[in-house]
Amino acid sequence: MAVQLADRVGSRRGMRRRRASRRQGDQQWFPGTATHAYAERLARGLGWFSIGLGLAEVMAPRAFGRLIGVFDHAGLLRTIGLREIASGIGALTERNPAPAIWSRVAGDAMDLSLLGLALTSPNKNRDRVAAATAAVAGIAALDTFCAQKLTESDEPTPARALLGAPIHVIKAVTINRKPEEVYSFWHNFENLPRFMSHLWEVRVIDDRRSHWRARAPAGMTVEWDSEITEDKPNERISWRSLEGADVENSGTVRFEPGPRGRGTEVHVEIRYTPPGGRLGAMIAMLFGEEPSQQMREDLRNLKRVMETGEIIRSEASLGRIAHAARPPGRLPAR
Amino acid sequence: MKANCWYGVKKVRVEEVPDPKILNDHDAIVRITSSAICGSDLHIYNGFIPTMERGDVLGHEFMGEVVEIGKDVKKLKAGDRVVVAFPISCGSCFACESHLYSCCENTNPNAWMAEKMWGYSPAGIFGYSHMLGGFAGGQAQYARVPFADVGTIKIPNGLSDDQVLFLSDIFPTGYMAAENCDIEPGDVIAVWGCGPVGQFAIKSAFLLGAERVIAIDRFAYRLRMAREEGGAETLNYEEVDDLYEALKEMTGGRGPDACIDAVGMEAHGTEYAYDRVKQSLMLETDRPIALRQAIMACRNGGNLSIIGVYGGFLDKVPIGSLMNRSIKVKTGQAHVQNYMGPLLERVQKGEIDPSFVITHRMSLDDAPQGYDMFLNKRNDCVKVVLKPN
Repeated sequence: MAVQLADRVGSRRGMRRRRASRRQGDQQWFPGTATHAYAERLARGLGWFSIGLGLAEVMAPRAFGRLIGVFDHAGLLRTIGLREIASGIGALTERNPAPAIWSRVAGDAMDLSLLGLALTSPNKNRDRVAAATAAVAGIAALDTFCAQKLTESDEPTPARALLGAPIHVIKAVTINRKPEEVYSFWHNFENLPRFMSHLWEVRVIDDRRSHWRARAPAGMTVEWDSEITEDKPNERISWRSLEGADVENSGTVRFEPGPRGRGTEVHVEIRYTPPGGRLGAMIAMLFGEEPSQQMREDLRNLKRVMETGEIIRSEASLGRIAHAARPPGRLPAR
Repeated sequence: MKANCWYGVKKVRVEEVPDPKILNDHDAIVRITSSAICGSDLHIYNGFIPTMERGDVLGHEFMGEVVEIGKDVKKLKAGDRVVVAFPISCGSCFACESHLYSCCENTNPNAWMAEKMWGYSPAGIFGYSHMLGGFAGGQAQYARVPFADVGTIKIPNGLSDDQVLFLSDIFPTGYMAAENCDIEPGDVIAVWGCGPVGQFAIKSAFLLGAERVIAIDRFAYRLRMAREEGGAETLNYEEVDDLYEALKEMTGGRGPDACIDAVGMEAHGTEYAYDRVKQSLMLETDRPIALRQAIMACRNGGNLSIIGVYGGFLDKVPIGSLMNRSIKVKTGQAHVQNYMGPLLERVQKGEIDPSFVITHRMSLDDAPQGYDMFLNKRNDCVKVVLKPN
């Protein structure tokens, strides 16, 4: 699947090149061309914008906070201001401004997630936060456009290959239960949402096929049908998504007896192409959905369910937003 | 209900918070009758424990009466009088089955935070930062106790709160410190720190067969307690020219057979200024003054037992002394669930009355004053017990 995908990324790039060639006659699209020069001018503009915004945030964080409708985060705004200034200086002084503009893209994603959090906090002006979010989204589009244009070249860089590749996660956990117990729990796919936090539901269709529904970043839901490709009782299960999946994915889970009967080692390997492509994956990471960490948490929860029958909650781990360790006024929906 | 909440460095206040609720099927709710301030709470109070949030309910040494149980609780029922162990442990993972309850693999919902700092996560702990779970603590009128069957011991009639409260932490903690010394007949044990844990380490060392115990501190009243209650010989490090020479002199030039560090991350002593500066500049997180001394003073091939709490990273620990002289190290947060039963028996038999460390009893409302007095060692304070109800 990785090879297939890499091919497809390659062909997309080829198409873009052909389109570019059409637009600009026979001229190749590489640094130094008219479009690249335009992107560099745009980068300088974004650099000055970054510095101006940064100075405002550093010098008058409270007034700035009022402007965007957030009232008690002067320290955070100052830090963000310093980040803006650093990006701006980078864009203006580096020979190649691309990394600085990519850092602005990452910064925009961070700001969007923080504004998202601000919307849920009690101390805010909803309309102003919404307006600020729209403004940041606009700037983010411009930053992304500029960064992409600056990065365009014919040579595939390692970074681009990495960003274009499907996400590949390998994780292991040891569970104090027999392999057959863990295998049969997993094999009933309808159990998976009990410990995989991004799954809403898995519905078994027949012996081999099941329908999956999952939470994607930014409140989206993705769905796919999946089929078992290998099933060795008490040892391993492999699956892959079928044609038409919102998220192409495949995976294998192995159940190996631990040394001297010390439980079961569960080894999971999953590949998937994130919704929204590589930018989507980056933004998801900034929302805290780093795939490797996510899988780690999911396996930890599998272990909890298998060993104790429940996933322990603490007063501070209720709901998705961090809060003080004190009893909740009312219980959030599970 | 009322609860003592953390609001920043040297800021705690008692305020009204919602009553705890059953959140998991193995939970019990306990109406608290006694709750203590622990020396390790002072590390939080002084701002040395990371991942605290404003409003966190503090406290991990408490006991009381069960008022409600979750549907999977088997051994307890409403009305039972229980002491609660400070580590939260599931009882069914590899660590718990190996009796390493404070290293339980399942009870820290924020295990990832601890993994970032420590590699792997230990058990969750009541009222002790978000990195250790974000559990509301027991300096309150009520508390929710997860895995209540594993984390509580029922108290028979005839024993007072004062006699059994410390089974929750400091008695097992001091006892484990002594046990980690692998005491053999004739052994001389040196204990750094005569706070409550140090006092229990001294008593436990004798219970486990130590010949002599040397207690080290700088507060005369605490050394007096070590002498009069614990039967230790005492050394005030501020009054001797050279602690190492004094210890050598007391041990025939060989050094103590085992050294217990019951001080931890906020030590005082000769290198205090140096370490305090490094700590302020974030060049180290903890001040290992007592630890350095305990290593350097220990006899060749002796045991080093670290029970004082450390959180992060240290500077200039004499690892060469430790390695070249074959010193054995044992440490860990107390695996309280292991010790509650056997130590309760010792209390019942009258071998020890843990209430000897209590110097102050106050209402929960006065917790802020209690913290301040305990930190500043005013009024000869050794241990504060709060009465929430």
